[in-house]
Amino acid sequence: MEIILQLIFSFIFTACFGVIFNAPTKAIPYCGLVGSIGWLVYYVLMDYGVTEVQSSFLGAFVIAIVAQIFARRFKMPMIIFNVSGIIPLVPGGIAYNTMRNIVELDYNLGIQNGMRAFMISGAIAMGLVFAEVIIQLVMRMFNKGKTSMQTYARAKRRQKGDFS
Amino acid sequence: MEIKEQNYEMALDTFLLAGKIMMESGAETYRVEDTMLRMARSQSIEDAQSYVTPTGIILSLGRRQITKITSISTRITDLHKIAKVNSISRKLSTKIITLEEAYDELRKIQKTNYFLPIHLQILAAAIASSCFMVLFDGLWSDIPAAFIAGGVGYFVVLIIQDMTKVKFFSEFFASLVIGFLASLAVHFGLGTEMDKIIVGSVMPLVPGVLITNAVRDLMAGHFTAGIAKGTEAFLTAFAIGSGIAIVVAF
Repeated sequence: MEIILQLIFSFIFTACFGVIFNAPTKAIPYCGLVGSIGWLVYYVLMDYGVTEVQSSFLGAFVIAIVAQIFARRFKMPMIIFNVSGIIPLVPGGIAYNTMRNIVELDYNLGIQNGMRAFMISGAIAMGLVFAEVIIQLVMRMFNKGKTSMQTYARAKRRQKGDFS
Repeated sequence: MEIKEQNYEMALDTFLLAGKIMMESGAETYRVEDTMLRMARSQSIEDAQSYVTPTGIILSLGRRQITKITSISTRITDLHKIAKVNSISRKLSTKIITLEEAYDELRKIQKTNYFLPIHLQILAAAIASSCFMVLFDGLWSDIPAAFIAGGVGYFVVLIIQDMTKVKFFSEFFASLVIGFLASLAVHFGLGTEMDKIIVGSVMPLVPGVLITNAVRDLMAGHFTAGIAKGTEAFLTAFAIGSGIAIVVAF
């Protein structure tokens, strides 16, 4: 029950960010879907006691994979889907606490929280990049070791009627 | 198939315009470079070279052709325009449209405003702020306060951005207003947890696109662009933080 509630609200949350970032109208529901899948991964992992950095990494990883699938499916740039998708994972609350601690002159706690926020955002970014690299490798395997450039050049030669 | 001599200038203008629109809408640097070079290759210009930074693009069509620079002064997040330019580039590459048609289309895209109506954007920001309460174990009774603070905060950003054109000032002022509204709500018993209300309402201002793009550009080897975007993200976060800090401190 709790999970269903989280799913619905993370969907609305991410879709709203799709509106704010002005995603194409027909892509907005899919933005919401990407966000709620990523949040589900994060939430379930946190529930099982995985630390927040690892959960954020895996959440971002899944987000990037789903975003890549949608990007290929709709022939739109991947950025449309993953930018709003990662927003629920962004450590806004921890960053707020950091700032608050520093204003209250509690520097030790401030540095601690700041480090947490830094590690989580780094984990999100690494998750996105790792997923993309792995997808590229997989796609290259499907294309029989040829990069997209080589496939392109071959298609072009064929178009010119030059089979050499 | 061979492109004529006088068409080079047209081609250069088209590719630069595409790059400019994408960069102004907040695309990643490597995507801008990739799109321009792909478009060039589709027009049988094989040795085009580009240098893309968040503040300007240099594009050369090769050894004997001209080189042009375009400067980029404003950067907002407008995913719709990125998608539009992307589809134009796809169409040009697959020869569905010609270079001239592509140029006209791009000019049209540059002039059009694809943003949804302002009241819808503000509503989205308000709803997002209130959803945050549920996602992060906030109290359900705080939702109305977050709804209002988030909506008003985003409205303030849009208004001041329009008036002053200074990005960091508008974010600073908006977070100041959000902090003020949240503390008012707590003071008059409309909300309980001031921290959660503030964090939720500030979420629509968070530079999520910038952070992602900065890291992606760094990973793709565009260090100039990555550092520049990272600095922009840091300054935005700093503006938001200092706006709230003023409220928290008193």
